[in-house]
Order: sequence, then C-alpha cells, then structure tokens
Amino acid sequence: MSKLILPLLNVSNLNKNFEIKKIFKPIKTLKALSEVSFTLNTNETLGIVGESGCGKSTLAKVLTQLEKPSSGSIQIEGIEIPNLDPKEFHSTIQMVFQDPYQSLNPRKKAFDIIADPLRINTNKSENDIKELVLDMMKKVGLREEFKERYPHHFSGGQRQRLGIARALMLRPKILILDEPVSALDVSIQAQVLNLLLELQAEFSLSYLFITHDLSVVEHISDRILVMYLGRIVEYGPREQIFNNPKHPYTQLLLESAPKVLGGTNSKKDWNIITSEAPSALTLPKGCAFASRCNNKTPQCDLSIPELKDEGGRLVACFNAIKG
Amino acid sequence: MKLFISELFYELKKNKGSMIGIVIILFFIFVAFFAWPLAPHDPTFIYSEFLRLPPSFTPGGNAQFFFGTDDLGRDLLSRLIYGSQVSLSVGFAVVILSLITGTFLGVLAGYYGGSLDKIIMRITDLIMSLPSILFAIVIVAVLGPGISNAIVAVSIVAVPNFVRIIRAQVMVEKNKQYVLAARLFGASNFRIMFKEILPNCMAPLIVQATLGFSDGILNCAALGFLGLGAQAPMSEWGTMLSDARSYIESSPWMVTLPGLCILVVVLSFNLLGDGLRDALDPRLKKQN
Amino acid sequence: MLLNVENLNIHFKSDKSSTPIHAVRDLSFKINKGEMLGVVGESGSGKSITNLALLGLLPDSALVTAKNLDFEGKKLLSLNELEWCQVRGREIAMIFQDPMTALNPFLTVEFQIVETIKAHLNLSNKEAINKAIELLNFVGIPSPKDRLKAYPFELSGGMAQRVMIAMAISTDPKLLIADEPTTALDVTIQKQILNLLKVLQEKNNMSIILVTHDLGVVGEYSDRLQVMYAGEVVEEGFTTEILKNPNHPYTEALLASRPGASAHLKRIPKTLLPSISGIVPAFHQRPLGCQFHPRCSYKTHECEQSIIELKDFVRCIHPCNQLSLK
Repeated sequence: MSKLILPLLNVSNLNKNFEIKKIFKPIKTLKALSEVSFTLNTNETLGIVGESGCGKSTLAKVLTQLEKPSSGSIQIEGIEIPNLDPKEFHSTIQMVFQDPYQSLNPRKKAFDIIADPLRINTNKSENDIKELVLDMMKKVGLREEFKERYPHHFSGGQRQRLGIARALMLRPKILILDEPVSALDVSIQAQVLNLLLELQAEFSLSYLFITHDLSVVEHISDRILVMYLGRIVEYGPREQIFNNPKHPYTQLLLESAPKVLGGTNSKKDWNIITSEAPSALTLPKGCAFASRCNNKTPQCDLSIPELKDEGGRLVACFNAIKG
Repeated sequence: MKLFISELFYELKKNKGSMIGIVIILFFIFVAFFAWPLAPHDPTFIYSEFLRLPPSFTPGGNAQFFFGTDDLGRDLLSRLIYGSQVSLSVGFAVVILSLITGTFLGVLAGYYGGSLDKIIMRITDLIMSLPSILFAIVIVAVLGPGISNAIVAVSIVAVPNFVRIIRAQVMVEKNKQYVLAARLFGASNFRIMFKEILPNCMAPLIVQATLGFSDGILNCAALGFLGLGAQAPMSEWGTMLSDARSYIESSPWMVTLPGLCILVVVLSFNLLGDGLRDALDPRLKKQN
Repeated sequence: MLLNVENLNIHFKSDKSSTPIHAVRDLSFKINKGEMLGVVGESGSGKSITNLALLGLLPDSALVTAKNLDFEGKKLLSLNELEWCQVRGREIAMIFQDPMTALNPFLTVEFQIVETIKAHLNLSNKEAINKAIELLNFVGIPSPKDRLKAYPFELSGGMAQRVMIAMAISTDPKLLIADEPTTALDVTIQKQILNLLKVLQEKNNMSIILVTHDLGVVGEYSDRLQVMYAGEVVEEGFTTEILKNPNHPYTEALLASRPGASAHLKRIPKTLLPSISGIVPAFHQRPLGCQFHPRCSYKTHECEQSIIELKDFVRCIHPCNQLSLK
C-alpha cells in the first residue's frame, strides 16, 4: 500500500461554543465555530475572509490552543494536537498579531522580545541566541542597532517586523497571520506583505492569513475560505472564488469592496440600504445569510445548507450562483 | 529603565509640589543617616538639672539645647534627629513588606481570577472594612507591643491597597496580545505573571509605594502615641508626642516639634506621590 | 462656494522643543454646495487636525493662521466661543471613526439624539422625539421607535454609525465632515454607510468632506480628491483623473502598492508589490524640501533644497505625467 501524503494541517468538524452567563437569565450558547473543516499544505497560503463575528479570530485562538475546541479534531502531519509535545507544538504553529502596539511588551527591548522564545524552548547559549536573533533581525529588515530599543521607539511597520521575527524564531512550519497589515499605514502595508512573501519562500512556510481585506487576500492566498457567522460558506482556489463567486455572501463581499476606479463619473442612483447580520446568539434555524440574501427560497429558512462540491470548490448554498 | 527614570524626572520637575517634597525627604534621609555626628547630645541621656527647658531662641532657653529638653531632661533636638531614623526606617520597612506581599497576592488574584481571586479579595475587603488603625491595634494587642510588631501590624493593614491596585492593572494587561504571544511560545504562568505583566504595572505601584510610606509613618506614630509602638527609651516621634501630651499647656514645644516633624514628612511624601501620579499618568495613556 | 480655505497653517507649541511644530502647511481648498471632497492621507498627514481646525476644536497649544478661512462668508478664525457654538454642530457637523466611543455609553439613543435636537432647534420634547424617529427612519434604522430606547452597546457598529449620522444631520448642517467614518466597520456595512452619505450629498444637497486612508473609498464615492502627505496637499483634482493618471510620485506609488489584482495593473498574485520604502515622517522629523523626497524614486538634488509650492494642482518638481512624456 502506498503511503498516504498527509496534509500539514488538517482541521475537521471543528466546533467552538461559548456559554454566555448572565445573572437572572438563562445560559445562552454562542456558536463561534460550527463544523469547520479545511486543510493546509506545505508552502501554501490559505486566506480566511469574513467580517467581524464570523469566527475567524476564534479559529486562530483554537488552532494555537489559546482556547480549547468544543469538539472536532486538529491534526498536524497526522498527529492530533493534544497528543503533541507542547514544545513541539510551539515550534510548529506560531502567530503574528493584528495590533503591533499591543502585541509587543512595552517594557522589553527588541532583542529580548525576539530572543525569549529561544530562551524558553531551547537550551542554547546566550552567544548562539545572539547570533540567531541578529540573523533574524536582518532577515525581517531590522537594523542591528535597533536591538537595544523599546517597542515605543519603532514605527508600526517596524513593530510588525519585530512580531514576525519573534514568531519565526522557533522555525515554525505554520504561521497564523491575524490581520497582520490592517493596523498599518497604506504605504507600509506593501512592505510587510512583500516581507511575508519573501519569508514564505525562504522558510517554506505555510500561512493561514486571516483578514477582512479582500485585496490583500487576493494578492497573497492560494486558496480562500470565506466564513459567515461561524460557518464556512465557500472554500476553494483563489481564481475561482474571485473571478466567479458562487455563494451569494461571497458575491456581496466582492461587490462591497470599494474599487479605486469605481467610476464616480457614471451617475448612480444612490439608495439607503440596511441589511445586517443576525446576532450570533440568536442564529436562525436555516441558513444564517438568508435574511440578507437575494436568492432566498423557502428551503433556506428550514435547514442549514451543507458544503457541496461545485467544480473544484465547496459552497454551502441551496441556490448557488450558476456560471 | 534609564530612559524611564530620566523621562519621569523630566515630568516631575514641572511639578513644584513634588520637587519640594523630594527636597524635604532628602533632607530627612540625610539627617537620619548622619544622626550620630549631627545630634548634639545622646538622645537618651538625662540632664536632670534641665527639666522641660524651652528652646534656646525663646526666653528662658539655654544655648546648649537648641529645641529645649523634655520632661526627663533629654535634649529634644537629638531625640527628634534620632526619631527621624526610626520613622524613616519604619516607613521603609512597612512599604517593603506590604509591597512584596501585596504585589504577589494581587498578581495571583488578577492573573488566575476565579476562586483564588475571590478568596484573596474577600480577605482584603475584610481588612479594609475595619478602620485601619483599629485593626492595627488589634494585631499589636495579639502580638504584643513593640516597634517590630507595630511594623508588622501596619504592613498588614497596608497590604490591601497594593493588592487592589495590582490586581486591577494585571487584569487589564493580561488580555493584551503580548501576553498571548508569550503563552504561544510556551512561557510558564510564573514567567508571564512576573516577567511579562508585572513590569507593565510599575507606574501605579510606584505611586502607591510613595503614598504607603506616609501611611506607614503615620500609623506607626499613632501606635507609638497609644503606647503600642516604640517603647522607652527609644526616641520615636509618636511616642514623644504621647509622652508630652500632659505638658501641652505648660511646655507646648514638647508636643509641637515632634508633631511638626510627622506632619512635614508625611506631607512631603504625599506631595511626591501626587506628583508621581501626574507624571506617570500621561505615559500610561500613551501606551494604551 | 460654501467653504473657502486659503493658506491654512497650523502650528503646535511643544514643550520639548522651542520651535513650534508645523503640523499643516499652506493648505488651500474650496468646497461647493452639494459636493463631496475626498481627503486621503496616512497617519500624520494632518487630515484630522485640519478637520478639528474647521470646527474650532483644536487645543490652546495650536496656532491656526490662514489667509482666508471663510464659511458662507463667515470668517471662522475671528469667531468667539459663543459664535462658534452657532456654527459647530449646527452648520458644520462631524461624524467620527469609532461611533461606539462617540456615543455616551450610559445614555439611551433617545436621550442623546433628542438632547442634540433640542439644543439646536426650538422644539418641544414631543416634537423632538418625532423628529428623532423621522431621522432614524431616514438613515435606515429598522423599527426606529424601539431603537430609541436602546443603549449604544446594544447597537451594532453600523447601526451606531447611522445614529451618529442621524444626530449630525438633525440640524440640517450645510457641511458634514466624515472622519474615517467606515474604518471601524465591515466591508458590507461600509458600503451601506457610504451610500447613505452619498444620498445625503446628492438628494439633500449637503457638502461632505470624506476623510479616509482608503483610495478605494474615495475612488468610488468622492467627486474631487485631495491627497495629503506630511501636513501638505501633494495633489488635488477630480478623483477619477487623479486615480487614473496620478501626477505626484506619492499618489502614483500609493496606487501601485495596493495589493489585489486590479484590472488596470494586471498584477500577478503572490509576486512582490512595488512598495514605498521608508516610513511616514513624524511631526518633529520632517525633512527639508519636498516632504516625500526621502521615499521618492524620482528624487533629484533640487527636491532636497527648498519647499515645493503647489503648482498646477501638484506639489512636485517632476510630476509623473511630465516624466512619461519625456
């Protein structure tokens, strides 16, 4: 029998519920993640797109074990994460955070911020550590003399470089990037995206790129996962999703993204529209997007659509857009 | 850290009150340190021929005793000078003791939350629900009077302030992403609490420590006044005040001078504490 | 013409250096009735400071000078605090980036919006409530009567921004300043809010200054555009013209560095983006000469010498379109 090639990261049927307790009120369950399944291969970027409350941040926390999943399995190269040695786990998955101002300890020097992962997880001598840190600083584009500085001396982009260097010190295979450029100035975003692309090639990294910015996702991802209120609504290769979205929500997202040459010269008739996502605490029985959907049929209110294969991608919709 | 201190000093210099406070505190520290060469007499030596002598600059004074003598004929100036030694070291001891215990408990309560937090906070609530001096008296009554027991009692009373301040600060800091990052590369809880979070809680801690200094001095003096603190013949401001209170009409200087010393020292620590609070606050805002 | 700003300069006194910080330099623009002016800039470009100056809300440490700062014939710089109250909120209104912090969390929507209406218009309580319902209905809040009783935390970000807009337009202002009104919102909600602003502009003939860092937002919604960098306007003109043919190297580089496979750029995904090197200079570290020259790829010796004046709507010695002609 030929040996099966296992994906680097395999997530299946992941669920995460939060219990909301309030005095004098019944306990409510918030389904932050429902039946999330996907895989991530070596040297690949999976973009996770969705709006606030879609569960993308919870997903990052569950994958990094900052939160325990309610059910489901997360396997790294075929091994369930709970069975993995914690040290090995830390040197397999690491994360870069959104806010470069909050994610670095303001009372630590740049050098110590980058060196600490090594100090905690390895027995390397200070000399070796110094060499590795300086090498990494160079790779992420920070000058050596910056090592004695504190985070508040750095600009947003430099801080994010520092955060990336810290995450890479243990040479992880998977890097979870939680909105890594959305807090940065526009002219700095491209610098950091370029750095991420270069590092991916150099270290054969796999990225899980979480963002709400469609243009960033389009540029950096190989495959894309679109989430809506804790569920996957569409999952497939980038070109398919961007050129030909099949789920009405994906379509709405793509339409809503403002375009530079959106054309104010063409006179439009502006209307006041209101359509908002339902609260995650009171999800409808059927499809969660039904209340905002133009393709809605009676079936949509009755049951939740399963993910179905639509020519190489998965779509969770009873009336997937043809074409 | 160097930068932190220089920036802090820059902010402090703008505040006149705290600069006055620093000067007075430095003066008292100097006096306490050089008490032996500075004091003109042995503070416990009894000059039985000079009882309740008024200060030298008032009618009836003697140039030998600048601030006069007390009811047993001891030189008041020397006693005040040696008293500063006692008061400052008492304040220092109280702050160190309560700071260490308070910080430790506060960090634990804030970081772990849950039932540990509840237990620690209910105990601090209990301590704070009694008037602090009353509670200190109870402790000294149990332990027995004496300066070291007074320090222990006053420290216990001061602990809740530290616990509360640190706990609140830790609860804010522990949700920041740098703490998550530390957890992600496998830092232990101990490391996160004391190496990652605690250094970010220093600002309110410094302020509380300065204010705790004056509280400690004041409470110890009060215990001394009640006869539960320093015992004769040790010269301590609170005890001096208490010994002299029956002569308040005939020899007012005996009461006034130790009282003034307590007032000035406590006031200058409070001035410094307020100044520090103002100086540290904008820094805190900038970081968040 | 509704608002005419000529050579607006804003200095800040600083207690760390003796020379004041020149935050906004020589800013001039006009805005007509019923027009939407887009202002694009990164942090430190001075766009938010300018807005506060237009509302007279800068702190005392700021020194505002201008050759002309006219709003409907009123000289804004010579107004006293009492006269400002007549203009601010009534004739010039503003909405902010984060509606959640702009609303008072302890008061109901009704209280906040009715107070605003009563402060500016001479209405009874009942009339004010009716007006509030009417406004909430207009900005697209479903069942406005129930929403009046809600506290801000019970509203979603989009709903809170709608409430802010309702409050801002309750006095029928002539000019609405929207400072990054959708930065904190989701894309689908952003579109709804921007559409709402567009309706206000075109149907109610309100003038709007739309401040943002997102070229896409101005590209789709604003009529005219002003690109700011380090306290100066580097380029201004009609939005579509600037975005199609940027003249200033900064605008050009900013457009080129946008990720995403924009049709006209024909960019291949996962390749390096043409990024702008360096960082936006901080207020106290601004360079001599052209503010952008340390990061500019067309830089010549002249760029470092002296302050560049705005000429033909571009603040550059070597405008890009001329370069390409050569």
